[in-house]
Amino acid sequence: MSDIAERVKKIVVEHLGVEAAQVKEEAKFIDDLGADSLDTVELVMAFEEEFGIEIPDDAAEKIQTVGDAIGFIKGNAKS
Amino acid sequence: MGVANERSIAWGIAKACHDQGAEVAFTFQGEALEKRVRPLAGSIGAKIIEPCDVTNPASIDAVFAKLEKEWGKLDFVVHAIAFSNKDELRGRYLDTTSDNFNLTMNVSVYSFTAVSQRAVPLMKEGGSLLTLTYYGAERVIPHYNVMGVAKAALEASVRYLAADLGEQKIRVNAISAGPIKTLAFAGINDGRYILKWNELNSPLKRNVTTEEVGNAGLYLLSDLGTGVTGEVMHVDAGYHVVGMINTSSAKQIAELLGNFEGE
Repeated sequence: MSDIAERVKKIVVEHLGVEAAQVKEEAKFIDDLGADSLDTVELVMAFEEEFGIEIPDDAAEKIQTVGDAIGFIKGNAKS
Repeated sequence: MGVANERSIAWGIAKACHDQGAEVAFTFQGEALEKRVRPLAGSIGAKIIEPCDVTNPASIDAVFAKLEKEWGKLDFVVHAIAFSNKDELRGRYLDTTSDNFNLTMNVSVYSFTAVSQRAVPLMKEGGSLLTLTYYGAERVIPHYNVMGVAKAALEASVRYLAADLGEQKIRVNAISAGPIKTLAFAGINDGRYILKWNELNSPLKRNVTTEEVGNAGLYLLSDLGTGVTGEVMHVDAGYHVVGMINTSSAKQIAELLGNFEGE
């Protein structure tokens, strides 16, 4: 299993079409990485699939940065 | 009309039709959806990709004027459009506001009639109109609220349009798809419980895929379905026939409910 942070970053790079160097943990999806509101929903779905987890609506709303996503997944991932 | 991304039910239908040789056009509403629809449409060689805001009659006119100019005729239309304020897709239906009720009905119900009005003149040799609905039109599904009321009206409009258009060999049907994790579905509160509940309780003991809805769509849109009109076809792993929980899934259902916090 590769590192969770690396897998999260890979999904973000592929989905948003940004450079890997931009995808820092403090980067905000909307403000820093150019995501729109639909991207944020699609990213949450992609994380759920990749890690076999469920991200409830209230938790999803709090995931605003790359680091937030990594943190949530580390706390909840099964695989 | 109504593809948002590769998870969209409308995309499943478009792909199934394309695989059987249909030439397909797409509409989108707004820039956010345009950037998603264009690459998908391009991937199946679609040439007509037009903006359409169904709340603006001129915008619908423009789409069908373009289709008339490019194709001269039309065999089928898929309407996969709905909208409601997310804040009212939770809590009680009782609290629905007049503004959101009207907006939901206009975008999710009337738009099918408005689109049909423009499509019919292009269906010179007959045709097929298809829309998408959900079981929440027939029975209460938590949080579906005003959208359930709208889908009930949409299903009724399928029957009236079918009666109006039968003589012109234009068929009008709806697919009532089981829950699928689409972008629109993500707007529904507690959506994952709905998905899991259907998986555990439907006769097929699973959820359906966009490919399966696409294949059912192909049947209703093509000459395979020429004897069918006014129909609401369930593509839901059979969930709509069930009257009680599936006892063989009781343990998993108990587990699911044990984790459920509700509101």
